[in-house]
Amino acid sequence: MSAILEIRNLRKRYADGTLALKDVSLRVHRGEFVAVIGPSGAGKSTLLRCINRLVEPSGGSIIVNGVDAVKASGRQIRRLRREVGMIFQQFNLVERVTVLRNVLHGRLGYRNPIAGALGLFSRQEIEEAKNILRRLGLHEQMYKRADELSGGQQQRVGIARALSQKPLIILADEPIASLDPATSETIMQILSAICREDGITCLVNLHQVDVAKRYADRIIGIRQGTVVFDGPPEALDDKAVGKVYGP
Amino acid sequence: MSMEVDWAPAGAARQTGRTETPARRRRDPVLTGAAIFGAVFFVFGLIHLNFDYGQLWKGTLAFVRSWAYLFPPNAAEWQPILAAALETLYVAVVGTVLAVAVAFVLAFFAAENVAPKTAPLVKGFVSLLRAVPTLVWALIFIVAVGMGPLPGILAIFTHAVGMLTKMFAQSIEEVDEGVLEALRATGAGWLQVMLQGVLPCVATSFLAWSVFRLEVDIGESTILGVVGAGGIGWEMANAMRNYEFDTASFVGMVIFAMVYSVEFATNRLKNRIRLRG
Repeated sequence: MSAILEIRNLRKRYADGTLALKDVSLRVHRGEFVAVIGPSGAGKSTLLRCINRLVEPSGGSIIVNGVDAVKASGRQIRRLRREVGMIFQQFNLVERVTVLRNVLHGRLGYRNPIAGALGLFSRQEIEEAKNILRRLGLHEQMYKRADELSGGQQQRVGIARALSQKPLIILADEPIASLDPATSETIMQILSAICREDGITCLVNLHQVDVAKRYADRIIGIRQGTVVFDGPPEALDDKAVGKVYGP
Repeated sequence: MSMEVDWAPAGAARQTGRTETPARRRRDPVLTGAAIFGAVFFVFGLIHLNFDYGQLWKGTLAFVRSWAYLFPPNAAEWQPILAAALETLYVAVVGTVLAVAVAFVLAFFAAENVAPKTAPLVKGFVSLLRAVPTLVWALIFIVAVGMGPLPGILAIFTHAVGMLTKMFAQSIEEVDEGVLEALRATGAGWLQVMLQGVLPCVATSFLAWSVFRLEVDIGESTILGVVGAGGIGWEMANAMRNYEFDTASFVGMVIFAMVYSVEFATNRLKNRIRLRG
């Protein structure tokens, strides 16, 4: 198995002096479903956002499919981002436009700047977006405004937007933290099933250790900006959990 | 989970050396100072203006009596007056529409969250446009291009650009940072994030501000006529200068009908926008 994502000595210090990531190194293989756990403020979100450069790393390197994201120029960042889908805790949809349009936003990185800005997409892209919605069971909601949907449905649109990018990697930042337990379960099932079917590598930030254990191939525990656990779910015993969350 | 502790046993207070009664709220020294200054300024103003209260009383009576001059309104010159009213509307609409178009573009460079580099400069520039009242702009443009509707349009345009850019930029700054982040994460460029992400979020508030500004500008356009920038204000000024108060009262009625019906229409429009938003 080849590494699709390799992070070496990643460091991030915010302008206010907070050291969010001290020295993070890890390799993720193609097709792995990785859960990142850790207490609030441990640096989980920062880690994910460094990978697609929504956050500027302070040092180290992040090799995504052979390209160093830390050194990438503006144009390279755009190319990198369109191959990395992202899912958010608050779904972050454009609420006043249709579900279909939100899914098509995943194609913006592939369109030329003017056509994309005017919202012109090819017939094929529109067909594919509809197919993705069908796959996620949202075909009926296609022409509804995004804010008419329930939380769980909105998160499925979020997943659909990421999928329309045809991503190599999906980064999911607390995708179920704003959802009720039953809906959370559905979302995790959809996300893990799709990533496995399509061979998409996935990094999911999670709060819930039990959810991480049930869905992930591998769990990474982060505490105060460093990796304190990295292994299969079976290896995450009470002692290991204590190391991640403990006093 | 943290519980807010809003009580403590009396012993706790004694231990920390605090008294049982909480500290009284202090007066804000700035607000107190401003209130005193305001009061003093008012009294000085009264003294300096040297009011003759008898005159004030007589003036009021004269004003009430002068109402008689206004009736019956003289509609003999209704044709030029209505044409002037139409010109006032043109000036307001043309000036506002042009201003909306320019402010629409400028606002994206004036919003801190999407254009941090240009925002201070553009914001500074439009606050300058705003600081000069429309009437003063009109006087400046009359000097530059002569009398007539053109300086009126330019004056309304200039001041409206100042205000609308600020309001539009504020709407953009209220857009959820998460939406911007999500679109950037797809690899979308700046223009794409603006038109596909920001614009749908701000469209209704842009529309509402534009309608509001149109309403304001119809009022402004009326006044501009008085200084010679075309329209019905000119008719009013002429009638007054010639002591044709009955004609002036007819002009006043036309102005009232015009402003009132525009306000009625825009209110309906704004309700509709709110329903859609």
